[in-house]
Order: sequence, then C-alpha cells, then structure tokens
Amino acid sequence: MATFLGINLFGLFGQLLVGLINGSFYALLSLGLAIIFGLLKIINFAQGAMYMLGAFAAWLALNHLGISYWAALILVPLAVGAVGILLERVLVRPIAHEDHLYSLLLTFGIALMLQGLFTHLFGSSGLPYAIPDELKGGTKLPFMYLPDYRAWIIVASAVVCGGTWWMIEKTRLGAYLRAGTENPQLMQAFGINVPLMVTLTFGFGVGLAGFAGVMAAPVYSVSPEMGSNLLIVVFAIVVIGGMGSIGGAILTGLGMGIVEGLTKYFYPEASTTVIFLVMVIVLLLKPAGLFGKEA
Amino acid sequence: MKAMQKTLLTAAVAAATALSGATQAAGISDDKVKIGVLADMGGVYADICGPGCVTAVEMAVEDFGGSVLGKPIEVVSADDQLKPDVGSAKVRQWVESEQVDTVAGLVSSAVVGAATKVLTDNKKIALISTAASNAFTTSSCSPYNVHWTYNVTALANGTVKPMVQSGKKKWFFITADYAFGHALEQVATDVITQNNGEVVGAVRAPLGTTDFSSYVLQAQSSGADVVALANAGADTVNSLKTAAEFGLTQTADVAGLLVFTPNAQAMDAATAGGMTLTTGFYWDFDDQTRAWSKRFKERHGAIPAMGHAGAYSMTMHYLKAVEAAGTDDSDAVMAKMKELKPEDFFARNAVLRADGRMVHDMYTVKIKSPDERRDADDIFKVVDVLSGDQVYEPMLPQCNFAKS
Repeated sequence: MATFLGINLFGLFGQLLVGLINGSFYALLSLGLAIIFGLLKIINFAQGAMYMLGAFAAWLALNHLGISYWAALILVPLAVGAVGILLERVLVRPIAHEDHLYSLLLTFGIALMLQGLFTHLFGSSGLPYAIPDELKGGTKLPFMYLPDYRAWIIVASAVVCGGTWWMIEKTRLGAYLRAGTENPQLMQAFGINVPLMVTLTFGFGVGLAGFAGVMAAPVYSVSPEMGSNLLIVVFAIVVIGGMGSIGGAILTGLGMGIVEGLTKYFYPEASTTVIFLVMVIVLLLKPAGLFGKEA
Repeated sequence: MKAMQKTLLTAAVAAATALSGATQAAGISDDKVKIGVLADMGGVYADICGPGCVTAVEMAVEDFGGSVLGKPIEVVSADDQLKPDVGSAKVRQWVESEQVDTVAGLVSSAVVGAATKVLTDNKKIALISTAASNAFTTSSCSPYNVHWTYNVTALANGTVKPMVQSGKKKWFFITADYAFGHALEQVATDVITQNNGEVVGAVRAPLGTTDFSSYVLQAQSSGADVVALANAGADTVNSLKTAAEFGLTQTADVAGLLVFTPNAQAMDAATAGGMTLTTGFYWDFDDQTRAWSKRFKERHGAIPAMGHAGAYSMTMHYLKAVEAAGTDDSDAVMAKMKELKPEDFFARNAVLRADGRMVHDMYTVKIKSPDERRDADDIFKVVDVLSGDQVYEPMLPQCNFAKS
C-alpha cells in the first residue's frame, strides 16, 4: 500500500473524497442561509428546522402518499419553500425593519417549536428511509468503495449550487434581486415589486434547505434533532465564507467538509470542534470572512 | 398565669413534635411517599426513557393501589435536558425541599453520575432504570444505588463474548466519545482480550455525529472481523446505516452493543436484519410481557423499551419494600429491597445484590429481517436467555453493603 510520511495514502484519498461529499452537503445548506442573509439581511435560525422538515416531508410522502424519492426531490422543496413563504409573510415581515436580533430570536423560537412538535409527533429516535433502488450499490475505486448515492450527492449539490450562483450573479433576475436589496425604494420606483421578490427569495432559500433534507433522508437518520445538529456548523461555515457571499458559502462548505474529513482521520475527537477553530482564526485575521467585503 | 400556661403548652407541643421526629423512622415521612422521575423528556433519549418512564412509574403506583401503609403515593417528574448540572440541581431541590423520597428513571450515565451523588449525600434511594454505565455498582457504588435493567458489562458479555468465542477475533470500535461509550468500549475490550481476541483499532466519535462515513472507512481498512458500535440512539442508527451503505456489512460483522427497541424501529429492516444484540427485556417474550406491554402501549402509544419495563418493575419493588419495612426510611427500605426477591414480568430469576445490582435473566435477540416481521412492533426474535450470573460482573468487596 502506498504510504507517504507514514500516512496511508489510500486511506487519505478516501477521507478526502468523503470530506468532499460532506462538503457538498454543507455547501447546499450554507447556500440557503447565505442567500437569505446576503440578500435579505435576515439571520434565519429556522433553516435547520426547514432541513428537518424536508426530510420528514420526504418520509411522509413515501409512506403515506406513495410519492417516490425522485418526485419528492422536486415536490418537497416546493412544499418547504411554501412554508418559508408563509413564515416570511406572517411572522418575519412585521419585524423586518427591526434589528437583526429580532428575526434571529423569532426564527430560533420557530426552530425550537418545530423540533418539539416533531419530537412529540414522531418520537426522538428517528424514522427509516431507504436509499432509492436506482442508487443502491456502488463503485469500487482503487482506494475506497464509493456508494452510488454519495456520488449522487456530489453531482446534485454541484448542479444546484452552481445553478443558484449563476442565477444570482449572472442573470438579469439576479441583478434585480441584488439591486432590490441594495436600494429597495429606487427599485420600487422602477416598477419592480420588491416585497414580492423578498418573499420569493426567502422561499427559495428555505426550499434549498428542504432539498438538502430530502437528499439527507436516505443516508442520515430522519429525526427531529437532525437540523439543530447541523445548523451551528453551517452557520460557522457561512461566517467563515463571509456573511452573505454566495460563492463564498459554496466554496467554504466544500473546504470545511474536507478539513473536517481530515480531522476525523487524524484526530476524530476534535472533528466537531475544528470548524469553529477555523472560524475563530478567520475572524481574527479577516473579520469579514474569507470572501466577504469589508463593511 | 395565662401566659405561663401558653408557654407550657407550646413547650409540650414542641417536645411532642421533637419526639415524633425521633421516631419518624417508623412510618411514612410527610404523610406521603413521593417518587421523582428524572428523565430525558425531549432530547435524543426521550423515546428510551422520557415520558414513557413517567408512564411506567405511574402504572406501577396505580397497580400498587395508589397508597402504601395508608398514605398516598405521589409521582412528580422533571426533564434533565441530558445535562448533569440541570439533573442534579433538580434532584437536590426535590430531596431537600420537596420531600421526594426516591428518584426513579435516570437515563444518561453522565446525568445519573451527578444525580446519584446528591441522592447518596441525602440518603435517598436512586432507582436507575436506563443508564448503561456499570460505575453505579462498582467504582462509584453507594448503599443508596439500585441499578435495575442492564449495564455495559451485561451487554459486552452477552453480545461480544459469544462472537469472540465463535472465532471472530479482530475487533474495531466506533465509540461515542463520552462516559458511557468509554465504559462500554472498556468492558468489551476486556472481554475480547480475555477470550484471546484482539482490538485492531477504535475511533471516538463525538456524540451526535451526523456523518459516520469517515469512521466506517477507517473500520474497513483495519481488516477487523467485527465492527462494534459502542454508541446509542441516533448515533447507532446513523453509523449502522453508513456501514451498510459503504459495504462494510458485507465484509465484516457489525455489532450494535446497545440497541433499544425504538432505535431498532428507526433502522431500515433490510440493513439491520440479522444483527444480534443483548437486551434486558423484550415485549414479545411471553404472555406476561405481552400483557404488560399491551397496557403500556395503550397509554404511551408505543411498545415499551427495556428501561420502561425496568422503571415499572423497580418502582413496584420499591413500594413492596416500603410496605414490608413499614416505613419510607431509606435504610430500612433498602434492606427490605435487597431481602425481598424481585419477581414479575420483567425480573426473572432475579436477585438484588448487596451492591445494588439487580441481576436477572438477559436476552440475546436477533433483529428480524423485513419478511419475518408481522408489523412495525415485531422487531426482535429472542434466540437465547442468558442467566444473570453469566453476564453481570461479580460483586466487588468494597461495594458489599450487606451490613448497612
């Protein structure tokens, strides 16, 4: 077996690939947060709960409505996005002009309530969700066995993240969005319905979390706690990337997946801490984050 | 004169009160028996011993008749939030200012470690139903600890020993990185080395890890015959799921060392089917267990996990001991608990040893594959009944509280 400096290279490649897979996941989740913060300046602490909602919706759809994984991949993000829109219209909008802290506390409260509700309804142990037949099995690589589903996570995440980035940064719609948040009065004067745009953007960001939830259902336990476990890490990633930077969130998500993967290989005990360590260092050296613009 | 009379009267009353205080040992303090249930009401272990443990204790109280020695029995409950400081503060409040006589439930080993210290300081009995660590009757043993349902030693001896003896010598651990996981890994390692097996590697995964693929890869490259999951709850479900996904289950055996029925229900039957594990109770064992479990399910909405059945059984035993002792004084009750033989649908061939360890029959079960299951509650097949003497550690001399 190939070794370098006493490290098993094959093992290392495996860990790098696994890190990339997890990074794809982080990228997907942090993207939604970054959009909502970057464009709307709302700190959405309910994003983890929306991710959990997506996974539960996929389970309910499969077990009670007979909706397959593939259909859920389209329908569930729409449904979760609709929940997001409702949330924005009914609860977030009335306090949108207040300090950021208000929306943070509000969404945090919503997250706790949803988590409590799902624990009450479905218990704390989680629900089983099988990998779809088309993606069962895997490929034997020289250095590891790559399950097809994990490969699919990388592909799906790349498509969704890339597409979203392109839409916001390179299209006319994206330009309206960015302009609308920069100077809403002016945009409104040009005849753009800014409040509607804000609502749809919030719904889209939340829908992304729902999408990530469906992606997660077959590989992670579908449980009420799944969102809160990930949320803090994802927040750290958004902070490292630079609050509001869309591209930064994606790249940092991938990068942190790899950093975490390597930590799990060399010193597993620190694997949940390492991202926060990176966050501290980045904040000390570059307070706006790696890809953020200095205020 | 009148004033003098009043003073005399007051003195007499005071003396009488003081006297009755001295003889309080014979009788029920505060005119009631109050049982506190400390459990995880909304966290990861809520299905294992949360609201269900409260239900089980309440059922025991009702089945006992609601009163003992003519005094009412009251049940109060609290959420430990899986935090030792929260749990021990609640227990302190209960025993120091709310006249709680005993605390039952007790889930996470970290919380129980803190709570039992407070209880022992106050000479109150801890009825531990669901915690796994064996410390409560060994390294941190106390004359006021009762550990009922199972412990890590029983799990290791029940599950690990037969596998090592059948020739599966090389083991790899995926361990939850806190007190319980370390204890389980330690006792399992002892069992493996005593039976000429070898531990080829171990990873300590933080509690609540979402993605286990990294650890599964490490287990895979270690060349182990068996990958043991020294974790619990969602960690077990997630790690098993990942092991199956990465093909580990085809090249090695995966042994879940601690699997509660709700966890088994959360696992994909096709993946988990065939896995062998040890449990202190299974609802579908015989008519007696089925009868109680049916009643429990009607009230709780789900089949009982072993900690639920244990909580009922130990509460019942406690109340019987109070009745037999004629008092709720902890020392007298504890002596009676150890003297009386625990016997019900849960406690089979049971004895409560002087160290507080309840030794009883344990069960080797196999998780059923999808085609073996009648319905969602039909998850285990009991393949062997293990006598308690075979699986629990012998009593340590320093933990023999027979004299007290």
